[in-house]
Parts: sequence; C-alpha cells; structure tokens
Amino acid sequence: MTLRIVVCVKYVPVATGDRRFADDKTTDRESVDGLLSELDEYAVEQALRIAEASGDAAVTALTVAPDDAQDALRKALSMGVDQAVHVNDDDIHGTDAIGTSLILAKAIEQTGFDLVVCGMASTDGTMGVLPALLAERLGVPQATLLSEIAIEGDTVTGRRDGDAATEQLRAVLPAVVSVTDRSGEPRYPTFKGIMAAKKKKMRSLDLDDLGLDAAEVGLSGAWTKVEAVATRPPRTVGTIVKDEGEGGRQLATFLAEQKFV
Amino acid sequence: MGEILVLVDHAGGRIRKPALELLTLARRLGTPAAVVLGAGESAAAIAATAGEYGAAKVYVADASEFADYLVVPKVDALAQIAQAASPAAVLVTSTGEGKEVAARLALRMGSGLITDAVDVAPGDAGPVAAQSVFAASYTVTSTVTRGIPVITVKPNATGSEAAPAAGQVEQVTVAFSEAAAGTRVVSRTPRASSGRPELTDAEIVVSGGRGVAGPGGFSVVEELADALDAAVGASRAAVDAGWYPHTNQVGQTGKQVSPQLYIANGISGAIQHRAGMQTSKTIVAVNKDPEAPIFDLVDYGLVGDLFEVLPQLTAEVKARKA
Ligand SMILES: Cc1cc2nc3c(=O)[nH]c(=O)nc-3n(C[C@H](O)[C@H](O)[C@H](O)COP(=O)(O)OP(=O)(O)OC[C@H]3O[C@@H](n4cnc5c(N)ncnc54)[C@H](O)[C@@H]3O)c2cc1C
Ligand SMILES: Cc1cc2nc3c(=O)[nH]c(=O)nc-3n(C[C@H](O)[C@H](O)[C@H](O)COP(=O)(O)OP(=O)(O)OC[C@H]3O[C@@H](n4cnc5c(N)ncnc54)[C@H](O)[C@@H]3O)c2cc1C
Repeated sequence: MTLRIVVCVKYVPVATGDRRFADDKTTDRESVDGLLSELDEYAVEQALRIAEASGDAAVTALTVAPDDAQDALRKALSMGVDQAVHVNDDDIHGTDAIGTSLILAKAIEQTGFDLVVCGMASTDGTMGVLPALLAERLGVPQATLLSEIAIEGDTVTGRRDGDAATEQLRAVLPAVVSVTDRSGEPRYPTFKGIMAAKKKKMRSLDLDDLGLDAAEVGLSGAWTKVEAVATRPPRTVGTIVKDEGEGGRQLATFLAEQKFV
Repeated sequence: MGEILVLVDHAGGRIRKPALELLTLARRLGTPAAVVLGAGESAAAIAATAGEYGAAKVYVADASEFADYLVVPKVDALAQIAQAASPAAVLVTSTGEGKEVAARLALRMGSGLITDAVDVAPGDAGPVAAQSVFAASYTVTSTVTRGIPVITVKPNATGSEAAPAAGQVEQVTVAFSEAAAGTRVVSRTPRASSGRPELTDAEIVVSGGRGVAGPGGFSVVEELADALDAAVGASRAAVDAGWYPHTNQVGQTGKQVSPQLYIANGISGAIQHRAGMQTSKTIVAVNKDPEAPIFDLVDYGLVGDLFEVLPQLTAEVKARKA
C-alpha cells in the first residue's frame, strides 16, 4: 500500500531581512521577503528519503499561509515532493499556535496520512510546538526532534538528542515526526526538478473546505494576545581594539574592570 | 492568590537550576506548587529543595511510564493535577521537551500557550509574558486570553532565590491515557558531564567558531573557559565540522544563552548565532577580521588572531586570580 506522507512547511520572512510587526501586532508577511523555512527543508529532505526508500509513497507538502507562500510550495515541489496543498484564507490572519494546529490537523486528515513530517521549529515563531500539537489533535504518536530517522514496515525509529540525554525512540504509524537540522543536508532542486514542479498539482483550500468556522481561528479566535511590541534598543557600540601584541592583556584589564576577574 | 503549578525539571536525581528560577518567578504570580514526575527515590530530596525555593505544595507522581514513553505521560499527569488544583497558571521550562509537554497540556485544557518567555509579571488579567523575538531584535509582551495560562520560560530568565515554604508533599497516582504509551523510549544515554558549568546556566560563556580551525584548536578556548570558570559554547560551523559536540552549540538551533559575559572567538556573528547570545549582558569578541558583523554587538572587540590573544588572556586571568 502506498505510504502517504504529509510534510508541513512554513512560509517565513527572511531572517537576514528587516523582520518586523504590522500595525495589528502580527508578523509582517507582506512587505518583507519570504521563503520556505530553512528548517523545513530538512523535513522535505527526510520525507523524500523515506519515500525513496519505501518505493511506494506519495509526498504532499502542506502549508497554511497567505498568497505569497506559493513560491515556498513550489520549492518543495521542485525538490521532489509529488503535490502540494495550500490552505489560504483571509480569516486565518493572526492565528496563534493552537489555532494553526487546528487548521493543519484538518488539512492533514482531509489529505489522508500515514506519516506527518515537520521541521524542528519555524525560523520566525520558533516555538517548536506544532508537531506535538498535531500528534495530540490527530491522536497518533509523536516521535519528535529526531536527528536520525528510519521507517521499517509500520514502525518509525529515531534518535532524539534531548537536553539531558540522547534517546532512541520507537512508534507505530500513523505518527507525527519532526526532524532537526542534523538529520541530513537538504538537496538542491535540479533543473529537471524545477521543470517537473511546474506541472505538479497545487490544491488551494479555504476554511470552508476544511469545515472550519472563521471564529475558531484568526486574531479574534486566538487564545493568546500580543499586548505590545517594542524594538530592543540597539546595543551601544563598544570599544574596538586592534591587537598589537598586548591585546590579551588589555582584554584581561577590561574583564577585571567589569569585575569578571 | 491562586496556585502556580511549576513542572520541576530534573536529571540524574537532581533538580536543575531552571526549576529553581521558575519557583522564584512563580512567587510573583501566586503560591508556587511544584510538580515532580518520575524522580524515583530522588523525589523526596527534590521535593525538599522545591520547598526551600517557595513551593507550598509538591505534587509527586512516580511510575515507569515517565521514563519509558515520550512526553504524553507527563501531559497526563499535569492535566490530572491541574484539573484537581485549578491553578492560576502553569509554568514549564523552555526546553525541547518542556515546550512539547506545555503545548499538549494547553490544548487539552483549552488554554492559550506562550513559549520562550524571558520574563513573566503579574497583570490585571493574569500573567504578562515577555518574549525576545526575531533574534532578540524585538521584545513582545503577551497574555493568555482563554483558560489557565500555560507559559514556558527560558533558563536564566531570572535569578533563583530561596524562600522556604511548607513543601507539603502530596502523592498523586496518575491514570494514564491510551496515548501515553504511543512513543517508546527504547534507550536513554545521559549526557556525559564535562565538569564545566551548564551552558544555559553559566555566568560566563566562552565560545569558539570556524576560526578555531580544528578540534585541537578548541583547547585554547577551553583553557580560557576554565580560567574564568565558564561554560564552553560553539558555533554551528564548529559543530558541523565535528570539532565540538552539538550539546554546546549556541544559536537558533542550539542553546539560547543569556550569561553575564559572552566571549565569541573566531565567530563571524551570523543572525542565527546571534539569536542564541544577543541578550548576553556583556559581549566580547576576538576576530581577525575587523569587518566581522559580531563587532556590531560587542562591548569590547579585539581585532586579532585568537591563537595569539587567547593564551595571553588566559595567562593574565590566571595571574590576576592567583
Ligand atoms: C515571534 C513570534 C512569537 C510567537 N509566539 C507565540 C506564542 O507564544 N503563542 C502562540 O500561540 N503563538 C505564537 N506565535 C504565533 C505562531 O508562531 C504561529 O501560530 C505559528 O503558526 C505556529 O508557531 P511556530 O511558527 O512557532 O511553529 P513551530 O511549532 O516552531 O513549527 C514547527 C513545525 O511545524 C510546521 N509548521 C508550523 N507552522 C506551519 C504552517 N503555518 N504551515 C505549515 N506547517 C507549519 C513546520 O513543519 C514547522 O517546522 C508567535 C509568532 C511569532 C512570529
Ligand atoms: C536555519 C539555520 C539555523 C542555524 N542555526 C545556527 C545556530 O544555532 N548556531 C550557529 O552558530 N549558527 C547557526 N546557523 C549557521 C550560521 O548561519 C553561520 O553559518 C554560522 O554561525 C557560522 O559560524 P562561524 O561564525 O563559526 O563561522 P564563519 O562565519 O566562517 O566565521 C568564522 C570567523 O572566524 C574568524 N577567524 C578565522 N580565523 C581566525 C583566527 N585565527 N583568529 C580570530 N578570528 C578568526 C573569521 O574572520 C570569521 O569571522 C544556522 C543557519 C541556518 C540557515
């Protein structure tokens, strides 16, 4: 039977760009360039490796995001993903993590899945909670933060490098996994891949299609509220000294003045 | 004031420093109540320490499930305790696991979730959490508007101060859900201790990057760290090259540190590295390239070769300390 893999990818503002907040205190996703989260490229890579190893698999890339995210999905398709699903609805604007997990879970259920592959965290929200939330909502095991992953039959195994220990995990499919940036370098899209991606199916869904009500999501449906955003005062420029042979000792004097020595 | 549930992070039979910080912080919000899960024989000692740091009550649950399965047993326990105690908030340490536990707990309780707080203060409508976002270029304050607020707090967000309280132990027998046994932890290898301070707890962090050029090069970094009683950090470039373990990586996909002093050696200062150290109190960099972006952050920057500078600095620090 075909192994159905859904890989969740987020469209995020470029980290080296001028990331900021819009007037309604949500992340500005319009005037800042976006891309497929670099950490989700690792998820795409592992989904593709698992699909290749299985010989009979279908990989769907899924995102919840505004219009511009088409490019991110296109990138996943050109890496080798078979098809894409784009959940896009103006009412989703401002959704928090709990709400996002509701939308993603509905879309995953509708797509059909044996394995959901996520990145370890987004590069903008950086919460690292969506995979756990999806497992809770879908009622399947979570094998998350894996730096090594393998599927054998209906079992997923992997290595999780935790804070205090390294753990070997095992769970039975269907399951949700997330993979770290140590799981294996993502491939670059080939020219052939880029051409093939143009012909691949990209499905667009709105809240209606998922049977969701606008009141359950978006800024008004959120269970958290951003009260204020403030730019951090830039660090005051310090002393820059060129080493002329005494640099180490000069630095020691600075550290002593600051009472670190 | 209501009870503030604090999930106590522990490892190797010992309470971890972030748990003491959480208990200290919880006292601002209400009456701290610690939750100690799967601590086995160490539970009594951990509960006693929690009491010293202000826990009026300590919920203790022990079962093999906590060690045998991932995340969900802890969620089951917390949900059950929260159901009975109706706390005013739940605080969890922002580790990979802590955030996953907090998220599933929030969803089950119908609560909003805030992660990676660097401060939590009492407010009219419940706790107000501050987050440092977009690689620490913004500070965002937010509240939970539905349910019992579930907030994860970064290590080192606050200091820890003892404030003895009753620490009355209440044993809890957890009725585990069917989902609890979903993901088996087949084996667990505790991280070997380096004998140095924990990266996220340390007052001083000395880091090395690609400029350290080879595993042998890290000895100059380690020697300085030891002279300063500091933890050792590494950039991803140094970790990817295999020169230093991933547990020491500082940055977006490593540890986020906020020490009193951060010394970056042979590190250029990429945004993803900055995301892990930009909130450090005092920042020092040693780099041979005067144009390196790390110099935009520093209180003191030294343009020079780290192999010349660090041994001299280490010797001088030792001499001054002697
Ligand atoms: C700076 C900042 C702070 C925030 N803080 C909070 C907060 O404290 N509480 C809160 O409820 N919300 C918060 N949000 C909103 C939250 O980030 C979004 O709701 C987001 O959709 C989910 O969180 P994340 O991006 O951190 O995802 P993570 O949990 O870090 O994402 C993990 C993985 O889930 C998948 N994934 C995540 N989002 C999507 C998506 N939209 N489409 C497809 N796959 C996805 C990807 O595989 C990703 O690698 C914050 C947002 C920002 C920008
Ligand atoms: C999604 C994502 C997540 C990432 N997460 C992280 C993360 O968690 N942590 C992290 O660090 N990076 C992370 N990165 C990588 C990051 O972008 C940089 O590539 C990395 O930080 C560079 O490491 P570096 O500064 O050691 O190396 P380089 O950028 O190569 O800098 C080396 C520096 O050493 C200096 N130097 C060389 N020789 C000497 C000498 N003898 N004496 C003094 N100075 C010398 C050079 O002038 C140079 O400035 C991430 C990237 C992505 C895309």
